[in-house]
Order: sequence, then structure tokens, then C-alpha cells
Amino acid sequence: MRLSPAQIWRTRIPRYRLLGKECKKCGRRHYPPRPACPYCGSRELVEVELPRTGVIESFTVIYTVMEGFKDRAPLIIATVKLDDGTRVVAPITDAEPEDVRTGMRVEAVLRRIRDDGSYGLIGYGTAFRPTILVHKTS
Amino acid sequence: MARDSGIISWGAYVPRYRLKAEEIVYLWGWDPNIPRNLNVTEKAVENVDEDSITMGFEAAYNAILRAGINPKRIGAVFFGTESKPYAVKPSATVIAEALGVTPVTMASDLEFACRAASEGLRSALALVESKYIEYGLVIGSDTAQANPGDVLEYTASSGAVAFIVGPAKEAVAILEGVYTYVTDTPDFWRRGLSPYPKHGEAFTGEPAYFSHIEGAVRGLMESLGLKPDDFDYAVFHQPNGTFPLRVGRRLGFPKEKILPGLVTPLIGNTYNASALIGFARVLEQARPGQRILVAPFGSGAGSDAYSFVVTDRVDELRDKAPRVDDYINAKKYVSYAVHAKMRGLYRRIAN
Repeated sequence: MRLSPAQIWRTRIPRYRLLGKECKKCGRRHYPPRPACPYCGSRELVEVELPRTGVIESFTVIYTVMEGFKDRAPLIIATVKLDDGTRVVAPITDAEPEDVRTGMRVEAVLRRIRDDGSYGLIGYGTAFRPTILVHKTS
Repeated sequence: MARDSGIISWGAYVPRYRLKAEEIVYLWGWDPNIPRNLNVTEKAVENVDEDSITMGFEAAYNAILRAGINPKRIGAVFFGTESKPYAVKPSATVIAEALGVTPVTMASDLEFACRAASEGLRSALALVESKYIEYGLVIGSDTAQANPGDVLEYTASSGAVAFIVGPAKEAVAILEGVYTYVTDTPDFWRRGLSPYPKHGEAFTGEPAYFSHIEGAVRGLMESLGLKPDDFDYAVFHQPNGTFPLRVGRRLGFPKEKILPGLVTPLIGNTYNASALIGFARVLEQARPGQRILVAPFGSGAGSDAYSFVVTDRVDELRDKAPRVDDYINAKKYVSYAVHAKMRGLYRRIAN
């Protein structure tokens, strides 16, 4: 998978810090950040660091993965509802498919999301893992 | 006499997966007594999506969470590792960006085998004392390499630790003194394009580990006028589970003062995080007024010996982030085959 320096650079802060946007008009938050509010269309948005904990709302297990992800199969992708209600689509890590269920509490971690082979760039970003450490949620 | 710098906060990270030593014995046909001789039972290994940057980030995140400080007040980020994801491109900037420390900060990756993070710690403490920075962030993180089938494979593991350093008045542990001892000693090395390190077998012991740690610790005690009885804890670099106990015995420290900070028998040797995770674990049980000796070591070779005195603040901060033992106890075993996949040891061709 080819990763361009410009793409990695442009998206680094939302991906690293789970930085979303909040609409000043309707008050709703979204992730990843977009130029306009996906709920009301307003362009009056402010950046906001989202909570790093939430619950799995739905998930899917991908067994037939695209090239470059074979070592990660089976890949678990979930919609996570953060504690403020914002929904994030992200990989679930440090868990096997049989461990995962809807309603499971998860916490954000920084992980390698994509690799451009052995010589290209590494794309770091947010994944979620089952919350195993109660301190983390405080 | 205490100096004007110290540890403000600490954080650690140990990955979830564990590889039992018996798996390595079975796969490579080793003598089954080897793990017992090394005093290791299992080691922590990284997931497929982890590396020294992701692990270092989590340790540093925990340190900032525990300190409760604004990351923008950190003026230096030092990252010690010998398993950099990029040979050229700093890891420190990725972590600094992810934590919100950027852009007004020093940031660099340091290399001195397992001692790089300790060099960073000494430098950050000096920058605080000289008032160049308010706070410094020091991270030690490694996904340690070992040639498959080498005895090193029993201990080379993955983990990370981080410390916020700052002025003594805010410290959980005030620096009392530090003494560094380095020489050119070829005990362990990895050439530029080599995937695995080579080492001098028994040569890694006497002229390297023991000589340098003993040189640093004796120098520290002499310069401060202290003796082993004055310390409540002693934490040494832990390449296996036996060397720290032996060097402690030779220096006059009973094993009761060493065992609280000895984590290698449980998670393996996390290289740049090795002694410093032990130090973090000791901070999680030490009482105000107690004195801690910390002596990391790096091949090539060198050792720093630090004396820290614990303050009342340690009780306030202890439970503000996950403890070392939280991570040690949250584990799942994997087979050698799965570990090899997670580490990218299989050579595949594209479809």
C-alpha cells in the first residue's frame, strides 16, 4: 500500500490524538474531522480532543484481507461509540474475534495502522483495545 | 545533599502477549535447564501493530496522565531505543506530536544500546537544573531483537517506560547524585544492515556488565559518602534474572532490596526500559523518605548510577495511571509460530 508523505502529514494529528470537530451550530461532534458538519452542514466547526474510551457498537471480522494485511488477519473493525457519543470506525487490537462483543468497553491506543512495505512510510493512528486497566478511564 | 531536579512522574507499558521460555526450548532443542539458569519463565512480546514508538507513546501518555501537567510545558523529549522503526527519521517527534508536546521542544532519539534512555534521563535532569527547560520527557522503549535460536531469545523482550523530570520541589523522587562510567568494550553490537545483534557470550559479563555497573555504583557511593545500608532499594540493569542479584551481592546489596525492582523473570529484558521499568515499579511501592539506587547499563559499554530520595508526593500520584503490575498481570500467551508472524519473521511474496 503506497503511503504518500503529504497524506501521512495532513492526517497525523487527528489520527494520533483522536482529534475531531464540534459543530458550533448544532453542537454535535464527528470524526474524522471534515470541512462541514455531517449533521447540519454548517462550516462553523471547532477542533476538539475526543474521549479515549467508549463501547463497541457494532463490529465485523474480515478474514479475507487485502494484500499488506495478511499478518493481521483476521482483522476486526468496529464502530466505537465514545463516551461523548461520537462514533469512530477503527481497528480493534489486542483481542481475538471470540473475545469481542457489542457493548464491550474499549480504550484508544496508538498503533501502526498501515505500512508501505519495508522501505516506505509507516502510518500510525488510533486503534481500540478492550479496556483492561481501570485507571485508564479516570 | 539533594540537587534541584528529580522525577515528577512515571509511566510504563508492557505489551499484552507473552511467549513462554519452554516454547523456545522446544523449538530450538535447547537444554531445558537454560531458562532456570537465566531465571526467566516468559517474556513480553509485541503485537503485529506495535513497535517502540507505539509502546513509548503509551508509557509517556501514562507519565503525563500521572503528572497532570500540560504537555506544552515539556521542553525536551528524549527517546532511547535500539529498535527504531525508522533508521533515519526521529521517533521522538512522532511521540511528541501524538502527545501534543510539539512544536516548541527539543526532540531526539538516543543510541547507547540499553543505556540510551538513561543518558537521556541524565541529560534531561541537567537541563532542568540549568533552567533550560521546565520539564523533560525521557522514554526508554524497545522491541528487542535476538537471532532466532540464539540464547538471547529467552530474554530479548518488548516494553517501555517514561519519566517526566522537573524541579525538585515538585518531584516524587529527588535526585541526590549521579555517576557515569563508560569505556570502549565490544560485548554486544549490531552492524548497520544486520537484523540481529551479536554478542561476546561470557564476555558480556565480567568486563562489561559487572565492571561498568560496579564502577558506576562504587563511584556514586564514594562521591555521596553512602554505603549499601543507606539504600532501601537497588535496581540494576536486568539482561536476565540472575545478573542483577549477583552484581548486588558483589556490591553489598541483599536480594530483598533488589527483588521489588526485578521484572525480567516476569517479562524478559526490555532493553532501554529494563532497569527503568524496575525503577517505576519501585516508585509504586516506595514510601516517602526512602532512598533508591538505580543503575542502568548499556553494552559498548557504560553504566549510570543514580541516587533518588522519595518524597510525600509519590503517594498522591501512584494511582493516577496504570501501574507496572497492571500491565504485567494483563497477559495472554501466544505460540512461537504466532509470535513469529507478529514480528514479521516469515518471508512472504505478494500475490
